[in-house]
Amino acid sequence: MPATEWTVPLLVDWIRTYADDVAAAADDLTALDSAIGDADHGSNMKRGFAAAVTALDEKPPATCADVLKTTGMSLVSHVGGASGPLYGTFFLRLGAAAGTETTVDATTFGAGLHAALDGVRARGKAEVGDKTLIDALTPAVEAYDAALAKAADPSDDALVDAIAEATKAAAIGRDSTTPLQARRGRASYLGERSVGHQDPGATSMALLFAAAEQVTR
Amino acid sequence: MTVGIVVVSHSRALADAAVALAGEMVPSGSVPVRVAAGSSDMTFGTDATEIQRALVSADSASGGDGVVVLMDLGSAILSTEMALELVPDDVRSRVRVASAPLVEGLVVAMITASIGSARERVAADARNALQPKITQLDES
Repeated sequence: MPATEWTVPLLVDWIRTYADDVAAAADDLTALDSAIGDADHGSNMKRGFAAAVTALDEKPPATCADVLKTTGMSLVSHVGGASGPLYGTFFLRLGAAAGTETTVDATTFGAGLHAALDGVRARGKAEVGDKTLIDALTPAVEAYDAALAKAADPSDDALVDAIAEATKAAAIGRDSTTPLQARRGRASYLGERSVGHQDPGATSMALLFAAAEQVTR
Repeated sequence: MTVGIVVVSHSRALADAAVALAGEMVPSGSVPVRVAAGSSDMTFGTDATEIQRALVSADSASGGDGVVVLMDLGSAILSTEMALELVPDDVRSRVRVASAPLVEGLVVAMITASIGSARERVAADARNALQPKITQLDES
């Protein structure tokens, strides 16, 4: 059964699935980061999301906001690299938008994605084209909006469809980073040498939407 | 009282050594310094919640004079900004984050703080900490 809305168990499933995905991809993410960064993105994300899963196990969340805020705080204290405050801000903003309910509908989740995008953009001062996770997140949020606007009845398959469209857009955005020269983050120190490498942050962001698609469809 | 200083670095060893080097310039214990450095498993990294605790501790030790933060690069800056969202409003209002080079900025900040300067002055002097090096090398 495709999900019509987010629930507390479904959000926890998203975080668990992503923790598994990012652990499986850790070596690949670190290989991307070793080309243009400090070679720790995979291990950092794996550690951060493992800590989030542990925190969710230790104190079972009562609301959607609890799931997302617990995840965000685990990331800011366990990731270590810039992705800690960036992904941490993403989940804290998404959590703030989710409110104190035990479900989040497609429209509220869309508003949460906007708040998360704004928060991450403000935190990292990055824009589209800077070769960062923003290059995957921005088109994903735009595609989510567009799909939701097209849906006849937002209570039906709207969430699944919108997340599927967001996932496709995030993957295209991830691929778009390869020819870019980095203007933010550690890779920006490399100048022209950063051209020709896929951005690790955009890669992990695309995986985050793919995990959401996997658990909701 | 004396302005407190928080050093944020990817490396505990780097931060401790920088504090020891700068500490040679001031009477022992004259400036409350806190270090938030390294990630939880002792690899390179920064932790916003550790920085949050360091800010609160240094602010408390400053007796209301506030805190100046010196950082290395990248996630040290992002995690410090994240930590500022996590501290109480009154603490945040007393924190100045200095866009200074870590070693030179820390030496200048420690000296300026030790003579009782206000946090704005400590932060401003730290930001200008490269000037002696620039002057020296441009003259040679």
